[in-house]
Amino acid sequence: MADEAPEYEYDLWLYIAGQTPKSLLAIANLRRICDQYLQSRYRVHVIDLHHEPERAISDNILAIPTLVRKLPPPIRKIVGDLSNTERVLVGLDLTPRQHTGS
Amino acid sequence: MELPAAITNLPKAPTGIRGLDDITGGGLPRGRPTLICGGPGCGKTLLAFETLARGAALYGEPGIFVSFEESPADLRINVANLAIDVADLEQRGLLLIEQISLDQGEVAEVGEYDLEGLFIRLGLLIDRIGAQRIVLDTIETLFSAFGNQNILRGELQRLFRWLRQRGLTAIITAERSGQGLSRFGIEEFVADCVILLDYRITEHVLTRYARIVKYRGSSHGVNEYPFTIGPRGITMLPITSFGLRYPVSAERISSGFPDLDQLLDGGGYYRGSTILVSGPTGSGKTSLGALFVAAACARGEPAIFFAFEESADQIARNLRSIGIDLQPWRDRGLLQIISSRPSLAGLETHLITLLEVVEQSGARAVVIDPITGFHTISRPVDITTMLFRLFDGLKSLGVTTLATSLTNAGADPAQSEVNISSLVDTWIVLRNHEANGERNRSLLVLKSRGMRHSNQVRELVMDANGLRLVDIYAAGETVLVGAARIAEQERLRHEYELRERETIQRQRRYALQQRLLSLQIEALQAELAALTDEMNADAALSEARAQAQIQSRLATSRYRDSTQEGSDGR
Repeated sequence: MADEAPEYEYDLWLYIAGQTPKSLLAIANLRRICDQYLQSRYRVHVIDLHHEPERAISDNILAIPTLVRKLPPPIRKIVGDLSNTERVLVGLDLTPRQHTGS
Repeated sequence: MELPAAITNLPKAPTGIRGLDDITGGGLPRGRPTLICGGPGCGKTLLAFETLARGAALYGEPGIFVSFEESPADLRINVANLAIDVADLEQRGLLLIEQISLDQGEVAEVGEYDLEGLFIRLGLLIDRIGAQRIVLDTIETLFSAFGNQNILRGELQRLFRWLRQRGLTAIITAERSGQGLSRFGIEEFVADCVILLDYRITEHVLTRYARIVKYRGSSHGVNEYPFTIGPRGITMLPITSFGLRYPVSAERISSGFPDLDQLLDGGGYYRGSTILVSGPTGSGKTSLGALFVAAACARGEPAIFFAFEESADQIARNLRSIGIDLQPWRDRGLLQIISSRPSLAGLETHLITLLEVVEQSGARAVVIDPITGFHTISRPVDITTMLFRLFDGLKSLGVTTLATSLTNAGADPAQSEVNISSLVDTWIVLRNHEANGERNRSLLVLKSRGMRHSNQVRELVMDANGLRLVDIYAAGETVLVGAARIAEQERLRHEYELRERETIQRQRRYALQQRLLSLQIEALQAELAALTDEMNADAALSEARAQAQIQSRLATSRYRDSTQEGSDGR
């Protein structure tokens, strides 16, 4: 995994619970935003809590969907179906112009 | 409180908290959510935790405590002195304490979401120990963690529905603010049972109150019920909770004062009864109390002497002066003398502390000296209510209670305590009599339910040898006590001796006369015998003479016949 670290600058975890419309919408929105703003510098894990319920406790998840940015630090959380791209970018502390330098 | 059970057959989950189950008619609605609201420091968390822990410990119902604020470590410290072994319950899988920490204000919200994650977590915890009870403390904090109130309200509503479907007896705590019951109006969703906690400070004394605002489908006490948070958790004492249901004992126990036992139909007090000893200062109230606890200790029964006017050592010393030594019983741990100032705590706290101490110690005899001490801290009506509950509480524990009451000199004791006289089973009135330059005491059993007690006033004599009751001498209209009684006793003794002497003399005279008469009878008897002898001898003589006469007459006639035959033949 050590050599993968630089490859995936953004480590994103999306928690859903079943194939609900909200979840599907969140997945779609996330993929769109990532493709658009992060190109290949990201990796997305989708966790379905219906399959891995213990992760709700270990990862302290209450709201569904929840997007967690584990990398780069600090950890950031966004809840909701991610339907507002602008606010997702703000929430991830990710604005396209500023980003490249940091 | 007597709750008409017929009104509801709603299943209840007992809280195990004393008093609360009385006013709720058996506990919280089983399988439904209950809301407990109140301001900070009202005891919400404790009430919720206690219900959970006692449910697990007493009724074997596994429970989960979900804390949204306090860490489990803090919570364990806060409930450490509940007399519940929390660690043991956790080990046995009957109790689960889980913190759900909220990321305050760090979460961005973009679009629609729900709290399915919370449901999944609760579901996991519930399944882990097969929970039947759950506490959510304080779920409102979700409102500060998430921004969308509409979503939250909808989700909470769904949560309560879900808890209900899973059949969980749930307690949700909520912070009270302003006019409403809870800050975010959660009471709208949790409609089954709402309990409001509050406290007020009057005269620098804090009193906590609980009130059932709503209990759907069940009758419940509607008053504000005071409660305390004591060393063993929450105790509520509903004013009417006892409802005159206690076992009645026919067993008699000594008052510790044989002379008094004699007045009480020869047997003493009834076990489990309430005895009031009223009288003015220095009339011997405390001494009667001390004799009573000493007698209990002598039977091997633990006893408590609550002293509200004197320190324990002061009492022990004073009683030694009249020959009552309580020290051995104190040394053996049978007797506790608990001394405190009435003004140290509120009436409610006194009441509950008292009952708790009695229950924990397992005391069988209790003295409260005096109950009138509370007049300094409260209104008479409150005291009457408190005494009502106190005596009821002690009675339901089967404890025999002797309370002393200070009456003002001159006041008629039968009048001044009329408001509590109905509470007591045996009422002993002590009086002081001042006459001829001295003061003496008298004792009267004014009433004693269920026994034929003496109606006579006795003089109570107290000296280094102890206490004695002596008959009172009435001279005309006045009762003679003390020196006057002794003088009267002397006079009567003289009279008696005189009469005694006269009788003996009379008896002696009679005996003498008797002996004289019997001697005379003896002499006459002898005379009679002599006379009889003489009479018999005389009769024999006469007979002999008559025989001789007949014989001579026969001889004469025989002679005459023979001569007459010879002359005729020539």
